[in-house]
Amino acid sequence: MTTQAVLQVKDLHKNYNGNAVLKGVQFDVDKGQVKAVLGPSGSGKSTMLRLMALLEPADSGEIHLKGRRIGSKDHKGHTLHLPERQLAVQRQEIGMVFQRFNLFPHLTAVRNVMLGLTSVKGISHHEARAQAMDMLKKVGLENRASHFPSELSGGQQQRVAIARALVLNPSVMLFDEPTSALDPELVGEVLEVIERLAETGMTMIVVTHEVRFARRVANEVTLFDGGVIVEQGAPEQFFDNPQHERTKKFLSHVH
Amino acid sequence: MLFDPNIFFAQLVSPDYIKGAALSVGVAIVSLILATVIGFFMAIGRTSGKTYLQGPAHLYVWFFRAIPALLVLLIMWNALPQLIPALRADWFSPFVAASVGLGLVEAAFMSEIIRSALLSVDDGQPLAGRALGMSPAKVMLKVVLPQAIRIALPPTGNEFIGLVKYSSLASVISLRELLTTAQVGVNITFRYAEYYAAAIVYYLVIVSVLSVLQGLLEKRFAWTSKTTKPKKTAGAVLGDKVGIS
Ligand SMILES: Nc1ncnc2c1ncn2[C@@H]1O[C@H](COP(=O)(O)OP(=O)(O)OP(=O)(O)O)[C@@H](O)[C@H]1O
Ligand SMILES: [Mg+2]
Repeated sequence: MTTQAVLQVKDLHKNYNGNAVLKGVQFDVDKGQVKAVLGPSGSGKSTMLRLMALLEPADSGEIHLKGRRIGSKDHKGHTLHLPERQLAVQRQEIGMVFQRFNLFPHLTAVRNVMLGLTSVKGISHHEARAQAMDMLKKVGLENRASHFPSELSGGQQQRVAIARALVLNPSVMLFDEPTSALDPELVGEVLEVIERLAETGMTMIVVTHEVRFARRVANEVTLFDGGVIVEQGAPEQFFDNPQHERTKKFLSHVH
Repeated sequence: MLFDPNIFFAQLVSPDYIKGAALSVGVAIVSLILATVIGFFMAIGRTSGKTYLQGPAHLYVWFFRAIPALLVLLIMWNALPQLIPALRADWFSPFVAASVGLGLVEAAFMSEIIRSALLSVDDGQPLAGRALGMSPAKVMLKVVLPQAIRIALPPTGNEFIGLVKYSSLASVISLRELLTTAQVGVNITFRYAEYYAAAIVYYLVIVSVLSVLQGLLEKRFAWTSKTTKPKKTAGAVLGDKVGIS
């Protein structure tokens, strides 16, 4: 049996201090698919991405990347979380972009992009710089390469952050509300970069409040609420003919 | 008895004073390095959230914060060689005893500085490093430490200046640092004003030089393209403007 799912999430659960945040999340993302995730604040969207990026362990459930289980393994019927060093290796396959960019403030833009290449992939400084410059060009920032994050606008910082994740050539990109921290006039430039990335066939999950963006770019839209997936479908279906009451209510608020 | 400038200037350039000043600064440098290394591991232990690391680190800080530095020096020089024969050897000089003694005491304070510096680095920073697939050591070395150093730098500079002055405590273990040099001279000549004035000048110069060095170092951590490489960036900024217009 061949599966073309890049990422599979099976029955993911997560509690914080007895407070259930994820209550059995389950979905697949196929190769080249762009999945937009909508949902109210506090519904667990960021938590779900952090779990998929292996930044936090799940309480139960499995994550599979290209058919291979990651983050944990079965050991005599028990789930065993992999040690941090092994997780670090698996994380190279997964690109993560944060709401607040989280660029390294002590490094210039190009150095931010280079760090993963030099310190994770062990690529030489010279080669890493060339690749990083290439990537900065793709996000339209080659002329800002030697600027520090504090000298860049929010939109530029987020584009550098996208380049930093992309340069490691991940199998899937996770975006956690990439434009929520931006001034309205800077949202467009970041969405444009993400849209162009989608056109190249990158598999991605984008948590976003940008409904128009979701409709235009995503192949599949998901409503996430109360720690579970409420509705999932093609954009036209999701926006024009939602099946669930909660989706209708949510859409009436954001439109 | 009037202030005799000749005596004052003679002392100012005398080899004894120069050597004394060098010893004071030397003790301060070695003990600060020692304190930083020990303090770093203490800070890691205390921020680790693991009881078996937090316990010993707490104990260390508790102990060395309570004991006067003078007592530590006396123990280093007088008591330890009685207990440990290896320390009766020649290499265990007053300089070594003073540097290690002050370093051990200072480590308790440096651990506090480094701990709060580590804690003040935004949580999103190690998170981003880990998301790139960096190992825990790399995250610490390449992401967290550079940012913590910038925060720790100003208070560490103050500690260093404090250590230069604290090195005078080492007179009790017969280290001929700056203040001891002055005191010995005074005991022979009774020219208090001239000898002490010379010592004052040395301390002022040392601390001024350190302050300037600290300022230069802090500029390197400004993280703007303007201050780190003034010449190169002026061109780069100009180039940008040309590119845009
Ligand atoms: N590290 C944590 N410790 C304790 N509680 C947490 C933690 N992270 C998240 N939570 C809680 O889990 C719930 C879901 O948070 P999460 O950030 O995943 O929501 P979200 O859907 O991303 O919301 P938003 O749209 O505001 O970003 C919230 O109630 C939050 O308080
Ligand atoms: Mg969130």
